[in-house]
Amino acid sequence: MDFVNQLQRKFIDYSSSLHREGIVDDQFTQLRKLEDENSPHFVMEVASLFFEDCEKLINNMAIALEQKQGVDFKQIDECIHQLKGSSSSIGALRVKNACIAFRSFSDGQNREGCLRCLQQLSHEYSLLKNKLQTLFRLEKQIVAAGGSIPRVH
Amino acid sequence: MGLKLQQSHHHQSVAVKGNEQMGTKRGYTFIQSNRDWLPKLILLWVMVMGFISTWIYKKMDADNNVRREEVLSSMCDQRARMLQDQFSVSVNHVHALALLVATFHYYKNPSAIDQETFAEYTARAAFERPLLSGVAYAETVVHSGREKFEKQHGWTIKTMQREPSRLRDEYAPVIFSQETISYIESLDMMSGEEDRENIVRARATGKAVLTSPFRLLGSHHLGVVLTFPVYKSKLPPKPTMEERIVATAGYLGGAIDVESLVENLLGQLAGNQAILVNVYDITNSSDPLVMYGHQNQDGDWAVVHESKLDFGDPFRKHQMICRYHQKAPTSWTALTNVFLFFVICLLVGYILYGAVIHIVKVEDDFREMQELKVRAEAADVAKSQFLGTVSHEIRTPMNGMLALLLDTDLSSTQRGYAQTAQVCGKALITLINEVIDRAKIEAGKLELETVPFNIRSIFDNVLSLFSEKSRNKGVEVSRDKTNRKPSLAVFVSDKVPEMVMGDLGRFRQIITNLVGNSVKFTERGHIFVKVHLAESTQPVADTKVETCLNGGSDEGLLISSACQFKTGYEAADERNSWDSFRHLVVDEELRYDAPINTIDEASRGFTLMVSVEDTGIGIPLIVQDRVFTPFMQADSSTSRNYGGTGIGLSITKCLVELMGGHISFISRPQVGSTFSFTTVFKRCNKASYNDTKKSIVELPSGFKGLKAIVVDGKPGKQNGHLFKLPKVILLAKNITNVELEKAKAAGFADTVIMKPMRASMAVACLQQVLGIGKKRQAGKDMLNGSPVLQGLLCGKKILVVDDNMAHQRVFAGALKKFGAAVECRESGKAALKLLQLPCCFYACFMDIQMPEMDGFEATHPIRMMESKANEQMNGGMDEDSGRKGEWHVPILAMTADVIHATYDAGLKCRMDGCVEAL
Repeated sequence: MDFVNQLQRKFIDYSSSLHREGIVDDQFTQLRKLEDENSPHFVMEVASLFFEDCEKLINNMAIALEQKQGVDFKQIDECIHQLKGSSSSIGALRVKNACIAFRSFSDGQNREGCLRCLQQLSHEYSLLKNKLQTLFRLEKQIVAAGGSIPRVH
Repeated sequence: MGLKLQQSHHHQSVAVKGNEQMGTKRGYTFIQSNRDWLPKLILLWVMVMGFISTWIYKKMDADNNVRREEVLSSMCDQRARMLQDQFSVSVNHVHALALLVATFHYYKNPSAIDQETFAEYTARAAFERPLLSGVAYAETVVHSGREKFEKQHGWTIKTMQREPSRLRDEYAPVIFSQETISYIESLDMMSGEEDRENIVRARATGKAVLTSPFRLLGSHHLGVVLTFPVYKSKLPPKPTMEERIVATAGYLGGAIDVESLVENLLGQLAGNQAILVNVYDITNSSDPLVMYGHQNQDGDWAVVHESKLDFGDPFRKHQMICRYHQKAPTSWTALTNVFLFFVICLLVGYILYGAVIHIVKVEDDFREMQELKVRAEAADVAKSQFLGTVSHEIRTPMNGMLALLLDTDLSSTQRGYAQTAQVCGKALITLINEVIDRAKIEAGKLELETVPFNIRSIFDNVLSLFSEKSRNKGVEVSRDKTNRKPSLAVFVSDKVPEMVMGDLGRFRQIITNLVGNSVKFTERGHIFVKVHLAESTQPVADTKVETCLNGGSDEGLLISSACQFKTGYEAADERNSWDSFRHLVVDEELRYDAPINTIDEASRGFTLMVSVEDTGIGIPLIVQDRVFTPFMQADSSTSRNYGGTGIGLSITKCLVELMGGHISFISRPQVGSTFSFTTVFKRCNKASYNDTKKSIVELPSGFKGLKAIVVDGKPGKQNGHLFKLPKVILLAKNITNVELEKAKAAGFADTVIMKPMRASMAVACLQQVLGIGKKRQAGKDMLNGSPVLQGLLCGKKILVVDDNMAHQRVFAGALKKFGAAVECRESGKAALKLLQLPCCFYACFMDIQMPEMDGFEATHPIRMMESKANEQMNGGMDEDSGRKGEWHVPILAMTADVIHATYDAGLKCRMDGCVEAL
């Protein structure tokens, strides 16, 4: 049981560190509150959806920004809007902030700025993905060890 | 979940748009549109006026001239007539002389006249012929008789040149002559061309004939010679020319000095100096001969009048021409008149121009003002929107805070505090909402809602909100131990229904304002809020004495015998005194059994009368009449000492009047004020109350029937809630934790209730003490702690449409949490398929920005479909089922876009609301 407790403590520490570092915000906590017996992997599902979505959008934007004969800023704007929506609904704070910065550049039709932001965005995204995956791994470990995931109240 | 309901600000923006339209519509008047023409117009005006003036001047001048001409013609005619008369008088005398000669020279034999007689007679009768320089008689002598004639007279016939006459057929030597012209005796008149002509014409006509004018020999005046024929024998009545010539014996002639004649004549007449008179012989019309006057004399040739003269000679024509001596004088009257007219017109023009310029200027200013007004209004709207947004931002976290406040198991004091904090927080939220409402009041768009609410709990809340404040104040203001802080109390008549229909928020706002004012201005004494039905005051006053005697305190309710008012301070309005309050209580106890809510009354409105009485500083008499004016406080020191803006009472008044009541106050400086207002509420029917699951703090009814004794030095704090005896609850006004511990240790009390006593506090406390307070089920209600929401959504089918998978899942998860059955779709088209009628969805949340078909586009066909179905159904089912079928799926837009336009657009597409997602 000690092992489970240890894991659980680790899990709590880790998730609070995510908050501290500003990677996720309250929205994420709210999401986790939504997990219950009926949908135990709710957050994971949503997160994986988000990751797919995110990768696709980042790819799209990268392609759009590579276009030599003029960049389609409208398309980029749409992608950013979507990304911002999904990131805020999952509570990915830093991704969301990156999106907001990105948006201002795409509004200004600034290709250089957009490229920089895209880089920043993919960086934030991979960071988030890493962190969340670690969190989910921990979760799985706890479950495998027969413990329950500490719920947020 | 962080969902926010978006506030609507579109009313105000519409109002501003309306104003702008008004502004542009009113814009251009006639003057404005022609403003560039104004200087030209004034120039034109001056020119036209100049022309008119000139025309008037000319007209007047012409009138003058006409008058002058008339004067001239009358004068001229007069002169001509007189000249003619005088002339004919002379002619008549010559005629008479001719007859004399005929009578005495020819008819008498021998002749009765000789030269001497003639000369003497003519000299003596010369006064009759003043104009004739002299008369002479020439006898006709034929050539054959010349010798005999010459012999008889002793001289030869001479010509005008005084030479012996040459041989001629006929002679006319002068035989008689007046003395003055004796030099012409023996001269042959036939020898002068003119005289000869005269003689020939005279004897042919038998009338006086004239020569053309010539210079007379003696005087060098212009004159004419008048010749008259003398016949030897009497002529037949109608003699022919030959008969006349044959009968001619001689000729009487005389020279008329025309110049003197006219001169004399003119001298006799008035206005002689003014006019010039010329007399012409115009027998030869191409060459008029001057008889009188100077041809070259200058004068006014503009006005000339010609008069015909008839001197009795049929062969000669004469004419008189008159003209003015001087040119027509400039008509100063006309000139002055015209000048004045012109000046007046100029002034009128100038005034008009000035007026028009002024109008233009005013209109410009007006437009500018209007622009500024529109801008100011826009700024105002922007400010309101800003306030709205800010308050919105404040409200959301506030809700979170408040939700968590009562989550844990708290001690009674903590719970009391927490409840106070919650109530305060809620009041703060209400106030924040009121910020938006204030803008609505300003725009006149305030609408009252009608919801069921519990009056008592309102008063309880308000009281608790202020009790903290007044308690603190009591400590601050007076350090001494005497009872210096104001106590707060509320009395609600039992006749006032439990639940009423009305505008909860506004009513609360009114109470908060009035009580807040009282708390602000009261440092000692009491603040007493009394609520009763407006109708119930009357009987109380009547039965005052009797009920006092009856004294029905048999239920163990302790009313102290102390007749002193609660805090011993006098109130401004005597009617509100403690006595009447006590009577009210007693009275209502007596009549308690009477059923109040009969069915008839259920739907009727009733008037609630609320009075808030305090023992504060009162309102100075001089400012009492402007208490309800916005931003008006008693004096400037008021806001310094007590704070506030002074708008509260004006808003209160607006609200009270909106609710169909009126507000008044009685105030005595240094004694206190009593504000009373009435409002009209509807009685709440039970059904509507049950339908709307408002989370009103209700006082549990579990205490009914328990008996309790309230022990307090001063009566009147409690009027209905009864405590169970074995449990002792300490009532305290101010108690420190140390004291509390001490009291608990002494086993004196199970818990302590802070005064003032509030129903909710009492309930919380009692729940704790009696152990009947239910524990919260942790975890279940954690989300916003809203079992109401859970009840609302449980089992309901809800459709979520969003192309963003993550978003969709999150939203669905949240809804599922409340027990809703959630369906998800990724596009508008898919949603459309699901929403085909008959559909079973309770509600539909739809994202606005979606590819292919966005939320607005998807809503439109759904609404079309529904209205079609509704029409059909209502057509068929009207009669048998009274219920009107209504297909209407609530569709709520989801957007991260906070621009208000989205909200408006959503409403346009007949969506039902807007959810602002993160």
